[in-house]
Amino acid sequence: MTADSQYPDVTGRIDALVKAHDVVLFMKGTPLFPQCGFSSRAIAILEHLDVGFHAVDVLQDQEVRQGIKAYSDWPTIPQLYVKGEFVGGSDIMMEMFEAGELQALMADSGVAAAR
Amino acid sequence: MPMSGSAIEAAIRAAIPDATVTLTDLAGDDDHWAAHVVSPAFSGLSRLRQHRLVYEALGGQMGGALHALQLTTSVPAVQEVSS
Repeated sequence: MTADSQYPDVTGRIDALVKAHDVVLFMKGTPLFPQCGFSSRAIAILEHLDVGFHAVDVLQDQEVRQGIKAYSDWPTIPQLYVKGEFVGGSDIMMEMFEAGELQALMADSGVAAAR
Repeated sequence: MPMSGSAIEAAIRAAIPDATVTLTDLAGDDDHWAAHVVSPAFSGLSRLRQHRLVYEALGGQMGGALHALQLTTSVPAVQEVSS
């Protein structure tokens, strides 16, 4: 047993993250400084919805960067989770937002406003 | 190697033959694409599953050679009965 084995594997870490917060966005960069246009778009949508969310910068954690793709079986980042469920990437977020579906999902999930 | 627009369209149409694929070259560099895919095959599927079908058609290129594909999907508008 190595010292590392006391920490959960990456799937366990991701699982814990998406269950610890109502809304989690895995992204490249931070909400203030997104490092990719798709992540930037995802942040803009969440800020427009005015919901509280937890952002995970995958550029700071290579294990999560790769692990999240396997976790959701989804090839790209950003990835949005609501109440532990994978919702989609920025394209799906935008399509849902434009159709009013993302607003409905947040409301139905009882997600609190950011302020 | 980026994936060209014609290769993207060919891959999608190979897997979803009745798909209508509309590509927009966002940056004029044959690399940053927006694809709008319309197909009856999407009928009854969630957006997530519609996008998964297209990603599967692209054979694992998404996130790799295709790092910058913006995707939208839809089911064709209902045909008029009289037409």
